Amino acid sequence: MTIASEPANDHASRGAWAWIANFLKYGANSDPDDPKTWFFRHPLFVRITHWTNVIVLTVMLMSGLQIFNAHSALYWGNQSDFDHPLLSMTAQQNDDGSLKGVTQIGHWQFDTTGWLGASQVNGQWAVRGFPAWATIPGPQWLALGRLWHFFFAWLFVANGVIFASLAIYSGHFRRDLKPKASDITGLPTEIAHHAKLQFPKGEAAKSYNGIQRLTYFTVIFIIAPLIVLTGLTMSPTLDAAFPVLPWIFGGRQSARTIHFLCAFSFLLFFIVHIVMVVLSGTWNNIRSMITGNYEIEQTGGRHG
Amino acid sequence: MGDGATRRGFLVRGFAGIATLALAGCDSISQQPWLDPLLRSAEALTKRVQRLFAGDHALAQEFTKADIAPMFRANGTLDPGTQEYREHAQKNFADWRITVGGLVEHPLSLSMDQLRKLPARTQITRHDCVEGWSCIGEWTGAQMAHILALAQPKEQARYVVFYCADPMSDSDGDGINDSDFYYESLDMVEATHPQTLLAYGLNGQDLDIAHGAPVRVRAERQLGYKQPKYVKDIVLVDSLEKIGGGKGGYWEDQGYNWWGGI
Repeated sequence: MTIASEPANDHASRGAWAWIANFLKYGANSDPDDPKTWFFRHPLFVRITHWTNVIVLTVMLMSGLQIFNAHSALYWGNQSDFDHPLLSMTAQQNDDGSLKGVTQIGHWQFDTTGWLGASQVNGQWAVRGFPAWATIPGPQWLALGRLWHFFFAWLFVANGVIFASLAIYSGHFRRDLKPKASDITGLPTEIAHHAKLQFPKGEAAKSYNGIQRLTYFTVIFIIAPLIVLTGLTMSPTLDAAFPVLPWIFGGRQSARTIHFLCAFSFLLFFIVHIVMVVLSGTWNNIRSMITGNYEIEQTGGRHG
Repeated sequence: MGDGATRRGFLVRGFAGIATLALAGCDSISQQPWLDPLLRSAEALTKRVQRLFAGDHALAQEFTKADIAPMFRANGTLDPGTQEYREHAQKNFADWRITVGGLVEHPLSLSMDQLRKLPARTQITRHDCVEGWSCIGEWTGAQMAHILALAQPKEQARYVVFYCADPMSDSDGDGINDSDFYYESLDMVEATHPQTLLAYGLNGQDLDIAHGAPVRVRAERQLGYKQPKYVKDIVLVDSLEKIGGGKGGYWEDQGYNWWGGI
């Protein structure tokens, strides 16, 4: 078949590609005909610490899952009540000898074969909490997972301290990240705008919106310190140095559980963050986090 | 139409290729010879900072009898299983001796009776396994600091090495471990910490075989693998290099950190 025999189809497909190109560049509510102006959005320290954090957090999450796999259960309190975990990933043997992965949360049991409890490593079925593709290193190897985790933990803290110091010193925190009372009262409106994919344009696009401020503040200034402190609480030496640590979190095993919840809060944030980056203009957003420069549509006027 | 399908195919293959490269990248990075020393470089910093805050004497938290776990999990070797150990167990460890040698002025050989007569300490503490779980138990034993004071370490002594009765490898393939006996080491600070014990009692009873009978180390600011069971010989040294695989312990020789405070 030749292209010339279907001119209408070709035209439609070209229109679709133009729409996709514009969507990838400027996002879901972009008007290609709108004039755009450049706006310097991200200072150098934000860009460097952002991409450092991408690498560091990825390694922390995946090596953390490797460490979790050494004992794939969570508890509350000082110690492990092995018969009553809050969450556990185990494997059962089926009648035919194959493995069934079982994830238990409280009283609820789920069949998670292939994902959690039992999954394949290099074609072989293995009893393991999280699957090999999610852990560093892939095979069960606690010692190496700990080496990765405790090396990158220093980088995570250093990167976080550098970011927070410069953010406060430069005014980035006060100007862009510190939530305002109106961010909370305006939350329903803001959620509605996000749900309708109406992202800010013009002047409003020059600052973070309420949802962004609340989210970034929570992730950077609440969850990040929490994951560090609960991580430190798992160290018996630091518990001796700072008995207040296990006291605050209700015990070492509680701290381990909170650490795990924080890690998955990061993962949830990461997923939503990527979705929002794509919906509001993949290329424009990524470019602004590399060069600092962001293109803003002038009119639009649908929001802000 | 064919055009779109080709592009889709290209995208799918492209993403699959990137994913494969990323995974292969992780695996090949893990095998790089420079990686291990780089990752390990954090250990010295971690140890120094933890010691800075914990000092030499900060005590691990002690709990009440109500906190004691109904079943204290036993891990690692559950029974050394050697002929020699079985004979000791049958005699209720009456002839078991703990020697203290190496860089000391007065080498010691202590019977269990002599050990029990030394100044004892009972402490209800939380045991943290490197795997991630914790159990609380009540330990009774002689303070290591007192035993070392009797032996009088020489000035150049830096580490206390514990040699144990549990074999970790099966050399003749009969399914029973018979070689590669467990060993561990602590530095002088941790070994002389007030809560570091040669423990012979758990929860008010003689230590049972699964938990390290007749005597095991308690080092309450360290993880479980730093607290060897079935202790026989204690040797003070100035370096760990020439012992075992040179890393200071059975698990250290398998890649685990020597610093077990985290």
